[in-house]
Amino acid sequence: MAATEIARQAGEGARAVPLAGHVGFDSMPDQLVNKSVNHGFCFNILCVGETGLGKSTLMDTLFNTKFEGEPTQHNQPGVQLKSNTYELQESNVRLKLTVVNTVGFGDQINKEDSYKSIVEFIDTQFEAYLQEELKIKRTLHSYHDTRIHACLYFIAPTGHSLKSLDLVTMKKLDSKVNIIPIIAKSDAISKSELTKFKIKITSELVSNGVQIYQFPTDDETVAEINSTMNGHLPFAVVGSTEEVKIGNKMVKARQYPWGTVQVENENHCDFVKLREMLIRVNMEDLREQTHTRHYELYRRCKLEEMGFKDTDPDCKPFSLQETYEAKRNEFMGDLQKKEEEMRQMFVQRVKEKEAELKEAEKELHEKFDRLKKLHQDEKKKLEDKKKSLDDELNGFKQKKTAAELLQSQAQQAGGSTTLKRDKERKNIRLQ
Amino acid sequence: TPHSCKTVPGPGMGDFSYVGIDAILEQMRRKAMKQGFELNIMVVGQSGLGKSTLMNTLFKSKVSRKSVQATSQEKIPKTIHIKSVSHDIEEKGVRMKLTVIDTPGFGDQINNENCWQPIMKFINAQYEQYLQEEININRKKRIPDSRVHCCIYFIPPTGHCLRPLDVEFMRRLSKVVNIVPVIAKADTLTLEERDFFKQKIREELRANGIDVYPQKEFDEDAEDRMINDKIREMIPFAVVGSDQEYQVNGRRLLGRKTKWGTIEVENIAHCEFAYLRDLLIRTHMENIKDITSSIHYEVYRVRRLNENNTAVAHANGLPQHHMTSHEM
Repeated sequence: MAATEIARQAGEGARAVPLAGHVGFDSMPDQLVNKSVNHGFCFNILCVGETGLGKSTLMDTLFNTKFEGEPTQHNQPGVQLKSNTYELQESNVRLKLTVVNTVGFGDQINKEDSYKSIVEFIDTQFEAYLQEELKIKRTLHSYHDTRIHACLYFIAPTGHSLKSLDLVTMKKLDSKVNIIPIIAKSDAISKSELTKFKIKITSELVSNGVQIYQFPTDDETVAEINSTMNGHLPFAVVGSTEEVKIGNKMVKARQYPWGTVQVENENHCDFVKLREMLIRVNMEDLREQTHTRHYELYRRCKLEEMGFKDTDPDCKPFSLQETYEAKRNEFMGDLQKKEEEMRQMFVQRVKEKEAELKEAEKELHEKFDRLKKLHQDEKKKLEDKKKSLDDELNGFKQKKTAAELLQSQAQQAGGSTTLKRDKERKNIRLQ
Repeated sequence: TPHSCKTVPGPGMGDFSYVGIDAILEQMRRKAMKQGFELNIMVVGQSGLGKSTLMNTLFKSKVSRKSVQATSQEKIPKTIHIKSVSHDIEEKGVRMKLTVIDTPGFGDQINNENCWQPIMKFINAQYEQYLQEEININRKKRIPDSRVHCCIYFIPPTGHCLRPLDVEFMRRLSKVVNIVPVIAKADTLTLEERDFFKQKIREELRANGIDVYPQKEFDEDAEDRMINDKIREMIPFAVVGSDQEYQVNGRRLLGRKTKWGTIEVENIAHCEFAYLRDLLIRTHMENIKDITSSIHYEVYRVRRLNENNTAVAHANGLPQHHMTSHEM
């Protein structure tokens, strides 16, 4: 075997030596790849965009499969994040793909806090990894990495400029995740408008200091294609899972009365470019940047926040674990205390309200009783009156009966009495 | 929240349904080529067993300097030294930083009690260095890895059995590092003597509970176990080293020329050097590094973090964390 060349650069304190024959460590990349294949890969994409921009459809198109069974419900207030994990396989590569969608982004009247739940979600994944990394007994080897590797930001195809919501959100996310901006449903824009739109978007991003993900140009194998693609950002995409016959092939397309937009036709949209960059060329770099840049930044900030410093070598490593635990316990303690306080306050309020209600109830009862009594009194009065009326009536009846009796007696005794009386009466009158 | 994991029908093959997920393999390969690899091998054994020669034979270059040169006035050291030398080597675009750690003086004294201590200390010091960097707030993108991935232990070709020194060393060190035992200067043993010796050694290792590489408990799956079982039936490899080439049957081969014949180093009918080379370099190099980082290093880290928890706990009067004790 021919002797191989001397290494290009010497490492720290290492001399370069030529090899006199084939050793065999050129198989190392293969060994590494085999290990990774056995272990499987993990890739997590976050799709941020307003409702109706075709986020789910684009994911289906990118990965050539139907992900979700039913469309998402958009009936919750605020921005929710829905995460789903899928196992995909292509030849011998097993990929655990997690797709996270924002639900309700941009639907609110007041969008000031829209970005918060997204940032919180991303931070939660970092935190979970950090927790695992800081554990004493850890299993990083089999840990399911949920950190977001790529954030596809869907820009509405208005043709004018970015919305302030877009700028604010991207600015909040650019130090936490690799952002790849894309123009969604770009078949709504004409080619000339698209060029102007892209330029406007790019200049707005630059003037607002938004750092989007740049495809890496340091590896000469892919430097050229990556740098070309960087110039095409943001990608204008169209998604579709429906197939249309063009010529003698079935292609993914959207059919209109005036023509058919072919998803994989580079003259029609940038879908192919997106797939190329996101999956076929830079998936590994996206994962690496997430781990070595975004995660490290999160970790550094979090640890500094908790008061750790690199400058004190004596208490450094272990205090890290120990004090982190202690601080966490303290924090949890505070949290518990606050919880307890809140609970107490709640209980107190409940008691007060309960007392109020009881009071009101009591009043009502009293009122009811009063009314009842009133009613009873009235009733009694009426009854009394009725009784007295009845008595009177009875009395009257008795008198009437007595009078009638007398009358009939008098009549029987001879009408003389009556006559006599009548005569007497006449006499009296005559006198 | 736990994620629900669904399996969806794959993208399928064919031009227009090809997604390109498998392109990640090429991306990984590219990254590996760019970053290069690190490998740290330690050689342990009495002087004169051909340690340097074997290293030079393995890597086909002068990566290890013989401790006693023919012309120098150097004497065998009175204590154990740890000498670490690094070289950058490259093959077909793959760059590797190889560090050979030599231990001159091991087993050479009259009283060899505790001669494993400085070696143990060195190995732990590398774990410590890695740990220190790992827990920094500002850490390097790639933590330089000086951890000993593999320790080749040279057994003198007595033909009988392991010496107490061999047993003691391997028993202690197999707990913290991958040990690959080899029968050195095996050209003094006939094939029958060699097989008998190997069997004796394997029995003694078993009897003393010594787990050498590849350790049974770290076999990942059935396929792994099958491959590793075959290796376990062959170790320790009986090796011969040489940096001299001789003409044999019209070819130039690495070998040792004697009056009764030339021993071809890379001929498996003559010695098992090729098996050792294949194991260490061509097939199991990644695995050796993996076991070092995900098992040996983690064991060290757990012990270290627990140790300090007790210390800090004592100092702060805090309740102690649950500890597991590890013997040195």
